[in-house]
Amino acid sequence: MAAATEASGRTVSPAGILLAAFFLVMRVVDAPMAWLQRRAGLAGVIAVLLAPNLLVFGVFILTPLAMNVAYSFTAGPAMFLEERAFVGLGQYRTLFDCDNYLQPMSCSQDAFWRAVHNTGIFVFFQVSALVIVSLITALVLNREIRARGFWRAVFFFPVLLSPVVVALIWKWILLREGLLNAGLVKLGLTPTLWLAEPNWAMFWAIFVSIWAHLGFYTLILLAGLQAIPRDLYEAAEMDGTRPWRTFRRITLPLLWPSLVVVLILALIRAVQIFDEVFVLTGGGPGSSTLFITQYIYQTGFRNTIRNLGLAASASIVMGLVLILLTLVQLSASAWRERREAR
Amino acid sequence: MRRIRGSFIALAVASLASSAQAQTELRMMWYSDGNEGEVIQDLLTRFEAENPDIKVVLDNVAYDVIQTTLPVQLEAGEGPDLARVTNIKAQAGHWLDLRPYLADAAYWEANFGDYLDWMRPDGSDAITGFMTQLTVTGPYINKTLFDQAGVEPLGEGATWDEWVEAAKQVAASQGVPIALGWDRSGHRLAGPAISFGAKYIGEDGLPAVIDDGFKEMTSRIATWHEEGTMPKEVWGGVAGQTYAALNEEFANANVVMYESGSWQIGQFAKTIGDAFDWWAIPAPCGPAACSGLPGGAAVVAIKYTEHPEEVAKLMEWLASEPIMKEFAERTLFIPGHAGLAAQGLDFQTDNESAKRALDVFVAETAKFADVAKRMPAYQWSDAIYSSTITRMGQVVAGEITLEDAWARIPEDIDQKIAEATAQ
Repeated sequence: MAAATEASGRTVSPAGILLAAFFLVMRVVDAPMAWLQRRAGLAGVIAVLLAPNLLVFGVFILTPLAMNVAYSFTAGPAMFLEERAFVGLGQYRTLFDCDNYLQPMSCSQDAFWRAVHNTGIFVFFQVSALVIVSLITALVLNREIRARGFWRAVFFFPVLLSPVVVALIWKWILLREGLLNAGLVKLGLTPTLWLAEPNWAMFWAIFVSIWAHLGFYTLILLAGLQAIPRDLYEAAEMDGTRPWRTFRRITLPLLWPSLVVVLILALIRAVQIFDEVFVLTGGGPGSSTLFITQYIYQTGFRNTIRNLGLAASASIVMGLVLILLTLVQLSASAWRERREAR
Repeated sequence: MRRIRGSFIALAVASLASSAQAQTELRMMWYSDGNEGEVIQDLLTRFEAENPDIKVVLDNVAYDVIQTTLPVQLEAGEGPDLARVTNIKAQAGHWLDLRPYLADAAYWEANFGDYLDWMRPDGSDAITGFMTQLTVTGPYINKTLFDQAGVEPLGEGATWDEWVEAAKQVAASQGVPIALGWDRSGHRLAGPAISFGAKYIGEDGLPAVIDDGFKEMTSRIATWHEEGTMPKEVWGGVAGQTYAALNEEFANANVVMYESGSWQIGQFAKTIGDAFDWWAIPAPCGPAACSGLPGGAAVVAIKYTEHPEEVAKLMEWLASEPIMKEFAERTLFIPGHAGLAAQGLDFQTDNESAKRALDVFVAETAKFADVAKRMPAYQWSDAIYSSTITRMGQVVAGEITLEDAWARIPEDIDQKIAEATAQ
């Protein structure tokens, strides 16, 4: 029903009903809030309003974080902290027990260092490619092209799929008897074991991850592009500025805040990569697509003899690396802004 | 007013009566390879009819849940009341000792005595469960492909090398992509390795995996992968100790010879049907033995249950001879019950391949090497299996050499034992 009718016969819009409800709620909470402000002051009101969120944050983020730190100082098969043996920095020493960090086989936990290497490679190629391709896609979709809405939907569609579904779709394409090999055979070409060759498996892990997330980052950049005032481009056009110069001097600087957001989000997501690749390759072949998160999961939960202490210490190391990377990026961005302001 | 008060009293009495007759709910975690989920549900329904005070909820889960989620629940002192598990020795500390609750413990000792050590801590006399099936690892062949290729299947006493050569001939002749399939599992590797002389357990009782027999078998595995006899994407396809099987590929006639085990019979009878003839074959020989590996799945009672008496009642019912007989005959499982083994079973299948496979695997149970018999009750067998498959997977993927694997397997096992025994 588009509108409600009062007894008087006047029609009231839904927005009017919502507004009336809002004021009613405000009037109800006004008295207790006023009482609270009189008793505890403005700071007290702020504390009360923040309390529910802080409670949730504390229970689901801070407490597990503290427990994770505590577990990283323990060993043994027991699940409860009080039953576990305290080993101090023993788990960290095991993780970093290495003759040469560039050669995982020289490390006590070679799987961890393989995962670190693999994650480094994945992050470098995936984030670089993702940012560049998202930028190009956003630039194209920002232009007046035919069926623009359709193309925007096409690029965004994979974001709506569950990572497991994405991985299964691509697995069916890439298996020995999969769609891709069937196509190659049809063309008279030799089929390849795409997921059994280490380099191909890493390539497809990166490709599938980009395919799945491209739409999300494109959307952020598209919003950034649309926020750039049109008159700047019109002025540049009247001045006869070449497109590349327009891009470098107008688009890129004004899009920079959005690019930083994309870069940070993509970086964090890439370091944490797990779901798609776990389903697609299972970390294989061998351990060539084993990433840090899967190492943590396997060590802590999947192995026959679980090593929760080692898994916890690896996750703390990963968290610290993520914080460091984010700080470096934010500093670089702030430095760039300061330089441009001068 | 008096009528209202009377109604309240009647309601209160009725509610008290209903709570007095309240059912005890037991939860049973269960996984299935074939039709055993349907059979056990059928049996449980019958149990509930005979015992209206007990309700049993069957939680059908994937095998992966049994392997990964259940252990975490158990460590936390949680979990179902009963579960069907394969990792029965390493987790024995979580099983309930049923002896105080059993009406006839002697029946259990007499019929399940050979396997009780598999599911209780070392040095204990506890009765914690019963085997739902005995399993034997061993190969299957696609007999129809052998016939089409004009290659005669080899007889008893044929070696691994001879069988693999025959499988390669058939694959080449019939254009089949996989000559030799092999579940990605250290457990599946153990029987053939023992046939080549692997000892696995040292004289001090600790794991001693790397010896000439183990090296012989693992060298062959590496070579078979290099030359394309075995598919790289199974052993080399995933990381760590992740299990991967080739049963579906075998059922799709893409595999000539498939090293797996007796638990596949029911599933193959269902999925392959009469599409082609499939044979289980006697364990191929190495220089030391012609041995598969015994094992199986057990239903165990979990010691964190709040209803131990009801659990014991259900266990006694399920473990009774007529129920075990029906379960085995309908599921095509080899029963771990001495009485039934002695009297024989009438397996309910018209599938000739399934009947033949059951005969072959039952005959194999008499031929296990001594080491093979020790493995199911050995505390560190899972540490051995997981370490061997992890490293062999890396060898197959070309990540490390065989020599690296042989060097790292004992170190990995030592790390696992150190973690498991940290106080």
